[in-house]
Amino acid sequence: MSVVTAAAGRGSYRFRRLARAHPVLCHVAVRVALGIVTLWLVSVVIFAATQVLPGNAAYAVLGRSVTPQRLHAVERLLNLNRPLVSQYGSWIGGVLHGNFGTSLANGESVSALIGSRIVNSAVLVVAAGVIGTLIAGVLGMLAAARRDSSFDHGASVIALGIAALPEFAVAIALVILFSVLVLHVLPAVSAIPAGTEPWQNINELILPVATLAIVIAPYIFRIVRGAMIEALESDYVEMAQLKGLSRRRVLLLHAFPNALPPVVQVIGLNLLYLAGGIVVVEYVFDYPGMGAALVDAVSNRDIPVIQFTVLVLTAFYVFVNITTDIISLLASPRRRVAG
Amino acid sequence: MTHVHRSEEDQPPLSAPTAASAPAAPVAESAVVPGAQLLSVEGLRVVIAGSQADVVDEVSFGLDQGEVLGLVGESGSGKTTVALALMGHTRRGLAIGGGRVMFDGRDLLEPGAALRALRGARIAYVAQDPASALNPTLKVGTQLREVFRAHGTGRLGGASAEERIGELLSEVRLEQVQHALDVYPHQLSGGQQQRVMLAMAFACRPDLIILDEPTTGLDVTTQRHVLDTVRGLCRSYQVAAVYVSHDLAVVGELADRVGVMYAGRLVELGATGPVFRTPGHPYARGLLRAIPSPTRAHVLVGLEGHPPPPGRRPPGCFFAARCDFAIDACRTTAPAPVSLASGEHWARCRRAGEIIKLPPLAELPERDRVAEGGNEPLLRVEGLSAGYGERQVLSDISFTVGARRCLAIVGESGAGKTTIARCIVGLHSRWRGTIEFKGTQLEADRRRRGRDVISRIQYIFQNPYTSLNPRKTVGQIVEQPLRELFSLPRKERARRAEEALEDAALSGEYARRYPDQLSGGERQRVAIARALVVEPEVLICDEVTSALDVSVQAAIVELLHRLQRTRGVTLLLVTHNLALVRSLADDVLILRDGQIVEHGPSVFDQPKSEYAAQLLTDIPRLAPA
Amino acid sequence: MSARWEWLALLGRAARTQRGAVGLALAGSVVLLAIIGPFVAPHSPTLSVTGTFVPPAPGYPLGGDTIGRDVLSRVLAGGWLLLAVAAGATVLGVGAGVVVGISAAYLGRVSDGLLMRIVDVLLAFPPLVFALLLLSVLGSHVWLILIAVAVSHAPQVARVVRATALEVCERDFVRAAELLAMPKRRVMAGEVLPNLISVVMVELGLRFTYSILIIAGLSFLSFGIQPPAANWGLMINENRIGLAANPWGVVAPIILIAILTIGLNTFTDAIARTSLGVERPTEQFELAAAGIAAGATP
Repeated sequence: MSVVTAAAGRGSYRFRRLARAHPVLCHVAVRVALGIVTLWLVSVVIFAATQVLPGNAAYAVLGRSVTPQRLHAVERLLNLNRPLVSQYGSWIGGVLHGNFGTSLANGESVSALIGSRIVNSAVLVVAAGVIGTLIAGVLGMLAAARRDSSFDHGASVIALGIAALPEFAVAIALVILFSVLVLHVLPAVSAIPAGTEPWQNINELILPVATLAIVIAPYIFRIVRGAMIEALESDYVEMAQLKGLSRRRVLLLHAFPNALPPVVQVIGLNLLYLAGGIVVVEYVFDYPGMGAALVDAVSNRDIPVIQFTVLVLTAFYVFVNITTDIISLLASPRRRVAG
Repeated sequence: MTHVHRSEEDQPPLSAPTAASAPAAPVAESAVVPGAQLLSVEGLRVVIAGSQADVVDEVSFGLDQGEVLGLVGESGSGKTTVALALMGHTRRGLAIGGGRVMFDGRDLLEPGAALRALRGARIAYVAQDPASALNPTLKVGTQLREVFRAHGTGRLGGASAEERIGELLSEVRLEQVQHALDVYPHQLSGGQQQRVMLAMAFACRPDLIILDEPTTGLDVTTQRHVLDTVRGLCRSYQVAAVYVSHDLAVVGELADRVGVMYAGRLVELGATGPVFRTPGHPYARGLLRAIPSPTRAHVLVGLEGHPPPPGRRPPGCFFAARCDFAIDACRTTAPAPVSLASGEHWARCRRAGEIIKLPPLAELPERDRVAEGGNEPLLRVEGLSAGYGERQVLSDISFTVGARRCLAIVGESGAGKTTIARCIVGLHSRWRGTIEFKGTQLEADRRRRGRDVISRIQYIFQNPYTSLNPRKTVGQIVEQPLRELFSLPRKERARRAEEALEDAALSGEYARRYPDQLSGGERQRVAIARALVVEPEVLICDEVTSALDVSVQAAIVELLHRLQRTRGVTLLLVTHNLALVRSLADDVLILRDGQIVEHGPSVFDQPKSEYAAQLLTDIPRLAPA
Repeated sequence: MSARWEWLALLGRAARTQRGAVGLALAGSVVLLAIIGPFVAPHSPTLSVTGTFVPPAPGYPLGGDTIGRDVLSRVLAGGWLLLAVAAGATVLGVGAGVVVGISAAYLGRVSDGLLMRIVDVLLAFPPLVFALLLLSVLGSHVWLILIAVAVSHAPQVARVVRATALEVCERDFVRAAELLAMPKRRVMAGEVLPNLISVVMVELGLRFTYSILIIAGLSFLSFGIQPPAANWGLMINENRIGLAANPWGVVAPIILIAILTIGLNTFTDAIARTSLGVERPTEQFELAAAGIAAGATP
């Protein structure tokens, strides 16, 4: 809310009264507006990184095979001979119309090339997010309810350990366990045949999803446990116990709703983390998703594809951020209802 | 003519049932045999979990039906631990170490005691801070109704839960609050929240209520309402109560009997009148001498030192180190309870018999007032209006402060007294009007004030636990103003710092210590030394005793008074403690909703405004000596 | 205890706890191995000395890698650069984050809004993605990797530091310093910063772990430290195809990285638990380890 008042300045008394009367709407509106601004700034950063940095991008693209003609051709293709602002303008204009340029690697439209991959990656992210959150969440609540038991200690230690591992380590460990050395039940490579949907190839999905779920599970576990413990140690839970309420009611109705806001926030952050995590995991399993596309594009210096994939990933973040913020707000009456 | 101020001659308590609702006659079947003792605590012992270090031990007392027992003590005395243990509950890190709590023939401390059925139904608890004891995500109505969900309506004599809730709301005077049941706790004021807690506690017509400092943080008027409500409800329902508090005056008004706790032990127990008039234990006596009286301005006597924490309690009497009456035997063997006078008054002291004959307040001299007259106004405030953002907090305040006088600024929370203090010292810069110090106008922005001016007006904050940088030594903290405002060689700075510490009654060797090694009282003295080191002419004290224990407050108050007299410092005292005002202040300024209600030297002797008169009657009174 | 030695004392206290000792031992042994490794490697880490993916044999205890180099030698030589770059990126990133966080917390309103907007924009980029973005155009230079990773840490650190600094700034001793007309910079450095020590230490530990993971990840994707220099991340990738023949080319570096990061995490956890005082670092660690700051968005 302070952002609102700061932005509104001193004169807009009426606006502030409106803001106080409808805190939720106002907050949502502000968040969405900020999200759009953020996204715009992000696009500027992406553009700057790929086309403004020293070292003419054309040089970078051509690498060693620079000749004056080729240089000219690439420059024209990338509109590098025009002033920067106008370059940005045409790029962002194209983006807003759904035109993301053509891939430098194989000359096809970027959106056609990558479009289907978004769905593939989305399946991974959602599946891993849901599975990881559910399992880790339940374990976290159990650990909080049985604090300091051997279950709690054991789970916490394991969480600490897994949280320290890189995704490729988890991925390769799973491959070693289930594909190559110990068991041989799951494919080491998740080649989804073109034209089919990911959910038609469950076998291919298992290891990548498991990897991602394992990667985020410790964070969710820790935050759920931490938030529940804090709620369980609060004065209002003590009061509920002293009123003679049943243990189940205390846990579910008193403790849990108060643990929700930080948990929601962390789930959101982990979804974001997954957006980065899919880069490595898709590469390891050769899964046809956004992450693998980005890696290929970087190797090929395929700038339009790089721009597109990064834009999608960051837009995903902004969207998740706004959503978790709103859910967090709705879950906390103190902020939702004017005091 | 001494008698405990009781409420027989009061107007009917606020909770008196109106003609419209049925009288709240105790219809519910009480399982307790009338006449038998309701609660009997025998040798209650609570330890730190996993160790033998006791937090509370040897606590024994009984309670009859309808009786109110006050449990007083300062921080660390264990009173809250005892209160919770009466319900079989301990906080995290503590465990029951022994003893029995007999309620209605059953020992509540036995494993397997059916505590859940009793809690909330026959023994109820009212917490100290209603804002944190009410669940912020559940509506008030839900939290009230769930008591009935858990315990049924069997004890209500036929009334349904909804009827009972309606009754409760009017009894605690919440029936006028629109949709009191449909709101979330944060939408109610502090006083209203506390009344919801009372409603929850009395809902199932319990036999025993445990109240843990329920009026902390409430201003005098709201506190008065809550106390009257509690008293009324206890009386009409014949409910026994254990009232835990550090405020002796409040306990004095409400309780039939009083128990005094120190370092985890019950050191004195008896009827309220005798205990407060003629205490037998030196600690109880010391407490009574440290409390300012709203009717008489006498010198306060504090207690040096602090109680021994759990695990570090000496073999003899715990109070011996701070006791004026201690003899050798006191330090080696713990004293047993000594019976005094009639019936049930006892004290845990070898010399109780002698002490009981020394009335605590008799020989305390009256406060000698700083001479009046010839006081040019040191500080002049005119037309001061201030606010935060859009909210107007002060409107057109004008007053003067005479040199070497002590002006107390009083009012309810939110009245604006701290704002005035902050405007004067420069912590708050959004104000209009004039503030003059010795004829020079003060700038609103403190960065534009000269070093000279800054050094002459110093400020002491309320909370000694947050006003000192934990990463600096005491010496560095006290020297800091010298370093910023003057350029002095290091030796000179150190010397002045040491002087300032001594003026604040701390030896020079404190300079090497860190704040977290000091007690609350010592920290506040460091804060005072920090203010003194630049030799100010005006000391603004913002609720400087509110975060301290009673026995420590007295020492700080006396220190301030001494500074006023010997150093000629002008004091500006912001406080809500009216008894303190009586003790210390030469002039009083009463603030209400950002405006001056009354101002003058004799506001409390002859109040001219209704508001001041009301405030005076709302102050809880201890039994006068 | 004064600020100057508090951080050292904190490390010492943490090292004496059970967790801390274990963590320190684990991480420390890997660090030691990485530093000494290049000097004790039996063979050259870059020359082919044996057959492709040969299983362990005398003289080559871990066998051969994808082009016949000695796996053991490469493992010994492949850690120091990773650690050095990670350390540099961590210090840079945390330093920047602390400055931004304290400034946002203390300078309030406008500065806070501005700084946090920039932080939000940077936070939108997953760390690996951001590094890839920068590397795609300029190439995989070590200094660029360092900067990219540092820039991805700074916003997170800024958020966490800001949250704690806000709480510190509420306290009266900061007001007391302001009353002396102390310049803002000195208030921030002299009053606020010394009270953030355990927060900063925990962040250093956490970010160091993340730095290692990100840089190893970049190397794994072949965008990090370039071949033929030995590099754990790269080794894991290039030896993947021979997993069935000689798993050591993959497993050995993975084990080392895992021990290092688990040890670091454990030690950082110990720091959080032994921190005394007003910063409540255990809760902060939980939240920071989960990537958010208590009381996050403005």
